[in-house]
Amino acid sequence: MVATHIVESEAPMLDKKLDVNDQDANNLAEAETTNVDPAKKSTKITSEDIDVYYGEKQALFGINLDILENSVTSLIGPSGCGKSTYLRCINRMNDVIDICRVSGTIKIDGNDIYDPALDVVELRARIGMVFQKPNPFPKSIYDNIAYGPRIHGLTESKDELDELVESSLVKAGLWKEVKDRLAGPGTGLSGGQQQRLCIARAIATKPEVILMDEPCSALDPIATATIEELIDELRQNYTIVIVTHSMQQAARVSQRTAFFHLGKVIEEGETTQIFTNPQNEKTQDYITGRFG
Amino acid sequence: MEAQEVQKNMSNDLSTHSAEVKRRMSKRLKKRQAAEKRFQFYGMAAIFTGMMFLVILFTTIISKGWPAFLQTSIQLNVNLAPEIVDPTGERNVDKLMQANYTKIARTALYAELGGKPKNRKTRKLMYKLLSRGVDVQIRDVVVADPSLIGKTVPIWLYAHGNVDALLKGAIDRNTENSSRLVKDQQLEWIDKLVASGKMVKQFNWGLFTHPASSQPETAGLGVALIGTFFMVIIVLLLAIPIGVAAALYLEEFAPKNRVTDIIEVNINNLAAVPSIVFGLLGLAVFINFMGLPRSGSIVGGLVLALMTLPTIIIATRAALRAVSPSIREGAYGVGASKMQTIFHHILPLAFPGIMTGTIIGIVQAVGETAPLLMIGMVAFVQDFPTTPMEPATALPVQIYMWATSAERGFVERTAGATMVLLAGLFVLNAAAVYLRRKYERKW
Repeated sequence: MVATHIVESEAPMLDKKLDVNDQDANNLAEAETTNVDPAKKSTKITSEDIDVYYGEKQALFGINLDILENSVTSLIGPSGCGKSTYLRCINRMNDVIDICRVSGTIKIDGNDIYDPALDVVELRARIGMVFQKPNPFPKSIYDNIAYGPRIHGLTESKDELDELVESSLVKAGLWKEVKDRLAGPGTGLSGGQQQRLCIARAIATKPEVILMDEPCSALDPIATATIEELIDELRQNYTIVIVTHSMQQAARVSQRTAFFHLGKVIEEGETTQIFTNPQNEKTQDYITGRFG
Repeated sequence: MEAQEVQKNMSNDLSTHSAEVKRRMSKRLKKRQAAEKRFQFYGMAAIFTGMMFLVILFTTIISKGWPAFLQTSIQLNVNLAPEIVDPTGERNVDKLMQANYTKIARTALYAELGGKPKNRKTRKLMYKLLSRGVDVQIRDVVVADPSLIGKTVPIWLYAHGNVDALLKGAIDRNTENSSRLVKDQQLEWIDKLVASGKMVKQFNWGLFTHPASSQPETAGLGVALIGTFFMVIIVLLLAIPIGVAAALYLEEFAPKNRVTDIIEVNINNLAAVPSIVFGLLGLAVFINFMGLPRSGSIVGGLVLALMTLPTIIIATRAALRAVSPSIREGAYGVGASKMQTIFHHILPLAFPGIMTGTIIGIVQAVGETAPLLMIGMVAFVQDFPTTPMEPATALPVQIYMWATSAERGFVERTAGATMVLLAGLFVLNAAAVYLRRKYERKW
């Protein structure tokens, strides 16, 4: 059931680490000398040479991607390009797929999340996830939010839990709409409300990173706008990675964008730069709607 | 010739929505509509045929079986004479059990019908109006309340099976006296008793409480009901936990490889194994090897549990698989472990499906006869079993045994017992539907 994390032989790995360190040092040196980048944000998640296989089929080819703290990074690309697969590597959601194998390293704050000593349950509490289709549990609104904190033992009293539920719902912009019916069913809400409930559920476990897999694809434009505003607010406190098929959405909500194609990162950088002045021809073609 | 060619070309011109196109399409459309109508008709015909057979089945069973719920009884003023019931006067229960109650019953009957006939043959005809089981009826009254000894009390006593059959119309009065089971003289007494309200058809509680008997009027489903009850309990206790656990492991935890594939195929095969084979297994393993008591409902329960297991496993796996993967993802997403995901989210959602499958399995097991024949549950059991280790029978086996008896009373009891079994199965099925409705994802 657990995806094998292929540990490469010792020597090359050490080499690579050295390389990386060198690179980091170089980057730092560069950054210090040419410190013109207005986004002085530090890197939250680094990915090195991520390969993902579904059985025989390789889905991702050597992904190297840095995701900055307290910003929104959008992953765009045509269907089947591996954006969601990459997203699911970050909270090891691919572990639950039998035939899926992941190799390479993903580090969050410098800690390897595929470290065998790391508890995946704790990792997923630190990295919230919002899915394509709103998937509230068939429980009350309150229990939907309280479930995560309960299983992780985050709160020690009922009052504390009540507070956490309220603050999560407030942060997700849903409090005013549901405060009178917390005991009502979570699945009785509208699609957009359900998705915000799922965001609140993700926030409740006090994550640092929130992954969103096409969170608006099942929503109408108004609900989408609400969620987008919410994402913009959440950016203050969380690192957000969002997969989207909507170029406009990527342009609206994200500060950085990575373009995926056929399992590779073709181009990544500032969103404005990707959309106004793409360096790669394929990126250009995709964002102008010539394919994909 | 050329004109014809042109004509043909024109009619073949399908490029625009010409009259020809419309004609062809409407032709095809009619065909399609006819095919759909025909298909619907076949479906309705199939359902109708099925319903018809069901109606025929139920009408025969009910029309044959309803008299079994009535039993002709005779009210007699029974004199519980101390010199017969308790000559020593010690009120010792063992002694009380052995008194000659038949004599008391007959005396009461003679008194009711105007004196003891002098002729031995007439006397026999007269006391043949009473069931041979009446001594037990009087004994039970006396043992229950020994203070009645010495008094004359009215007691309802079973009439003989033939009398019962006559009153229910199964024996024709117009038959020749010599070939009729109820003789002319008996008819006279019966008419007299019926006229005075002393002979009445009452609701036959005995059908549910009496143990096995060779006389239909005192035969009941008591032992069979207890046996079936024990077996259902054993099946519930064994098959549900084992089946659900096996299904959970196979579905959620087991690696998908050749071994689990083989296990899966074999579980499906087991579900199709004829039930008598399970009976043979029970005989060989539980009785001969493990030495469990023959005819005990424990063995029956074990065999039926084994038989029900595949059904429960298959139903549970289907129910688990039917839970939306998005719920699973949501749970994993907030950091629930596999166990938590399964026990907090998957199982509660799969519960209605599991219950339905389980109850269907149990219903199947309750109606099963063949394996019970193999392990000796087809027996004449008169003592009520108090534990599953004691000999018992089961409802379907009791039906099978009664069906092989010739007396008129057993024929109606066979149908009556079938009605009881069917009613039980209906109740279980209704419970399945109710549970599914109740626990089905409400929101």
